[in-house]
Amino acid sequence: MSNILDLTLVDLVEKIKKKDLSSKEITKTYIERSEKSKKLNTYITEDFESALKKADNFDNKPNFDKKLPGIPIAVKDLFCTKNIRTTAGSKILENFIPTYESTVTNNLWNEGAILLGKLNCDEFAMGSSNETSFFGNVQSPVGEKIVPGGSSGGSASALAAKLTPTTIGTDTGGSIRQPASFTGTVGLKPTYGSCSRYGIVAFASSLDQAGPMTRDVKDCALLFSVISSYDSKDSTSINFRREDHFKKLNKSIKGKKIGIPKEYRVDGMPKEIEDLWQKGINIAKDAGAEIIDVSLPNTNYALPTYYIVAPAEASSNLARYDGVKYGFRSQGENLIDMYEKTRSEGFGNEVKRRIMIGTYVLSSGYYDAYYLKAQKVRRLIKNDFDDVYKKVDAILTPSTPSSAFKIGEKTNDPVSMYLNDIFTVPINLAGLPAISIPAGHDQKDYPLGLQIIGKAFDEQNILNIAYSLEQEIKFKNKMNDWWL
Amino acid sequence: MSKKQSNYIIKRNQNNYEVVIGLEVHAQILSESKLFSSSPTKFGAEPNTQVSLVDAAFPGMLPVINEFCIKQAVKTGLGLKAKINKRSIFDRKNYFYADLPQGYQISQYKDPIVGEGFVILDLPSGEKTIGIERLHLEQDAGKSIHDVDPQNTLVDLNRSGVALMEIVSKPDLRSPDEVNAYIKKLRSIMRYLGTCDGNMQEGSLRADVNVSVRKIGEKKLGTRCEIKNVNSIKFMQMAIEHEANRQVDVIEEGGSIDQETRLFDTKKNETRSMRSKEDAHDYRYFPDPDLLPLEVSDDFINDIKRSIPELPDEKKKRFIEKFSLSAYEANILVSDIETSKYFEEVIKNSDVKLSTNWITGELFALLNEKNLEITKSPISAKNLSKLVNLIKDGIISGKIAKSVFELMAKGDKNPADIVEEKGLKQQSDPKLLEQLIDKVVSDNQDKVKEYKSGKEKLFGFFVGQAMKASSGKANPQLINDILKKKLK
Amino acid sequence: MTIDLKTVKKISKLARISVDEEKAKKLESDLNSIFEFIEKLNQLDTSKSKPLTSVVDTKLQLRKDEVKSQNIRDQILKNSPDENKDFFVVPKVVE
Ligand SMILES: [Mg+2]
Ligand SMILES: [Zn+2]
Repeated sequence: MSNILDLTLVDLVEKIKKKDLSSKEITKTYIERSEKSKKLNTYITEDFESALKKADNFDNKPNFDKKLPGIPIAVKDLFCTKNIRTTAGSKILENFIPTYESTVTNNLWNEGAILLGKLNCDEFAMGSSNETSFFGNVQSPVGEKIVPGGSSGGSASALAAKLTPTTIGTDTGGSIRQPASFTGTVGLKPTYGSCSRYGIVAFASSLDQAGPMTRDVKDCALLFSVISSYDSKDSTSINFRREDHFKKLNKSIKGKKIGIPKEYRVDGMPKEIEDLWQKGINIAKDAGAEIIDVSLPNTNYALPTYYIVAPAEASSNLARYDGVKYGFRSQGENLIDMYEKTRSEGFGNEVKRRIMIGTYVLSSGYYDAYYLKAQKVRRLIKNDFDDVYKKVDAILTPSTPSSAFKIGEKTNDPVSMYLNDIFTVPINLAGLPAISIPAGHDQKDYPLGLQIIGKAFDEQNILNIAYSLEQEIKFKNKMNDWWL
Repeated sequence: MSKKQSNYIIKRNQNNYEVVIGLEVHAQILSESKLFSSSPTKFGAEPNTQVSLVDAAFPGMLPVINEFCIKQAVKTGLGLKAKINKRSIFDRKNYFYADLPQGYQISQYKDPIVGEGFVILDLPSGEKTIGIERLHLEQDAGKSIHDVDPQNTLVDLNRSGVALMEIVSKPDLRSPDEVNAYIKKLRSIMRYLGTCDGNMQEGSLRADVNVSVRKIGEKKLGTRCEIKNVNSIKFMQMAIEHEANRQVDVIEEGGSIDQETRLFDTKKNETRSMRSKEDAHDYRYFPDPDLLPLEVSDDFINDIKRSIPELPDEKKKRFIEKFSLSAYEANILVSDIETSKYFEEVIKNSDVKLSTNWITGELFALLNEKNLEITKSPISAKNLSKLVNLIKDGIISGKIAKSVFELMAKGDKNPADIVEEKGLKQQSDPKLLEQLIDKVVSDNQDKVKEYKSGKEKLFGFFVGQAMKASSGKANPQLINDILKKKLK
Repeated sequence: MTIDLKTVKKISKLARISVDEEKAKKLESDLNSIFEFIEKLNQLDTSKSKPLTSVVDTKLQLRKDEVKSQNIRDQILKNSPDENKDFFVVPKVVE
């Protein structure tokens, strides 16, 4: 049994295809472990019973041509799932049951995967520690009372704790890569337009992307190939021929030019992060890559830009949660009163804070000073990357400026919380792909990640580099199953 | 724009005021499906049956734009002789309302699809050009129903997401009559183009009216008030009339006008303030991140250009030049595309002058009386053309024709059949008429004497008697000629 | 720049989120620290930069004018907080 839990996604698929394992065996194993792991608070909604039924159905009528045959998967509760409650971690959607399926999850089921349940996340994906969820904070398997990161914290925690063989999250400013880094897992934020946003509860439309969260790079390549698709239901989805990244995965990075941006060497960065970065550089160099110092001069402005653009879009995207059509409603004396009470009681503090920021930066008299200014800076940030990519094939940085922190440690200081995403946010602003891979541990034995940033639609390249580094890093999780 | 002064002046004490009006017309685009979703747009469906997940703004739903609606907007822009912007942007206009499911309306703000253009009005005083500021695409909201449930407002989202063109005029209008002419002209152009049916009862055409007043001679525009969503021309005119007078009264009393949105109460015939200033709207427009900039190519525009039919102004010019119609006649024949089609069908085989008279006279009277659109005319163009030919060929007299017309109105019969059936053919045989007149003359010897002694007025009497004797069928021209001979 | 209590209340009104005095004060201090951090952008000269709204480098895809959705009223109203089977229902609106 424990053998099943230790298998990667790719291994599981192989074993199912060889009939060494049944879907039912795998599904049952993950359900049993999930049942014993409630302490982590990873699931918002479990769908175990029907998962077992689906596994049975698969075993009775298996289709081994699928890429994820009979594989159980729990997903972030930001993806709308047909007839399964979808909350986005918010009270305002506490009882919302979609009648439709997101394109990304639909791609999973079409390839034979089976839904295990919906995983906890920061409310509307706004947070970096999974502490803003209406359904309570998630603990990291890395250590008791330690945050898994966010917003895809439930996904990262469930993946690292082996409650699901693989998972998907969404990344608006680092929400896949930062929790991956915090939990010793692999997370890919694809190029904007690669995965459809249809059916994903929107946070910031121009930044949101769904992506795979996996145990290793091979799994990541496989899962990414499944979820990336052109979708005519999303006007920002890009129509191009998608490769089979798993088949094309290749660990040779000889001659690849890898940029090291000096601006990511921020003030007060812990030495262990410095060391980790250097370790990554050395490994890449040893593998035959050419290391080139580069400059992304506007990096410092990315976070302030992000904290204008994302809340502005969010303030508008979240206007639909008004108690009229679905979700939570508080009784009011009149329509306006109903709106104000519903939204005040239905949203948590962080969401309200961001709606307020967004409303303010768009309001008359402030639009030019904030929103327009941010859009202009966003252009400069993108130009920085365009310039650097004339010289290099990819960029290597740490994923986060620190390792995982204690629950409650940063909740009273929004800015220090926001600083968590300092290395991930610029990538969303530029719409580029980036992957975080586990690369080491800090003194407390908490995982640390490295980030590889690619050119737009060059996921294959960063997957290859990640794959190559992974071979040398030989990361081993130091978890002790403390919650069991 | 016009050199002519409007005669619509509001007088108070020593002061004369003129009213300055600009219109924001919302025209529903004729399309099968909505602007950003594939739900149907048909009018009158059961509540909430034409609503998709996108229209009701479910979480994760995204807009995908309808190509045909873009074509319709460009087409309308071309009809307004306006500049087409090859790159335009969709923005979100943010506000909360029960029938606005997204909490924002997707509209175009800084970069609309159509820029400046104009329309020409035919006013009794002559032509006047009204500037068009812009035309942009946007989605309609749903409908709030306030008067069914005493405690609650009910919301129907069937309209939610239907494509609208907002056509914004320059403040070039100066009277309720000009507004009337402007709306009718806009509607006429859009109906020619097939881009909007212009049906005001069904809400396909609504307008926000911006009204301000200023003393005559003053250059600066006064502070304006916007009267929201007026849905008939008559109410628009009443609302302007009331609002202009209200503003003049405020100014005359030494007050000043607050820029605000007002609502026209059709029952009380007055406008009232809609929203308090504290709650002033701040729409927080910003480009919709779910949509990319809309780009249209020259080919795209040129294809549409080629599909544009002859429009009322050109048609009017042609009617005047080719058929020697008066400007007045041409105007009424071209103002509605269906009327112009009817007219052109009739004159295909018939005399233009006579056809014009019959259409603008008898036919219009009939349609008016029965309150019918010309497309529902009980007399088809083909049969009216036949009737005109019967008159022209002398088969029946104009007078007989009127009774034939009345019979036709009951069931669109071929007039020739009616004439045949009822024996109404004109009596044009000179021998027969001579016999008939001889009898009239011999029966009225005393009148003949009087006539010959100089009482020439009696000629009409003889004509009447002769016509009567022929049961009205005699050819009046022949009767005249023969009588003149006999009474010499 | 500083955001005062009055502004916080104005924004909360615009955002249709009611805040009591205590929450407004907390928001005031949070927003001020966040905006202090955001103000960093003012150091940057953006006079030559064109605003970037989307990183997507393709043309807007256009949809054919076809009716594809059917009547799904039951689905549309299924999650509604009110019981009504035909309409969404909200507290009476007085214009
Ligand atoms: Mg308006
Ligand atoms: Zn409008």
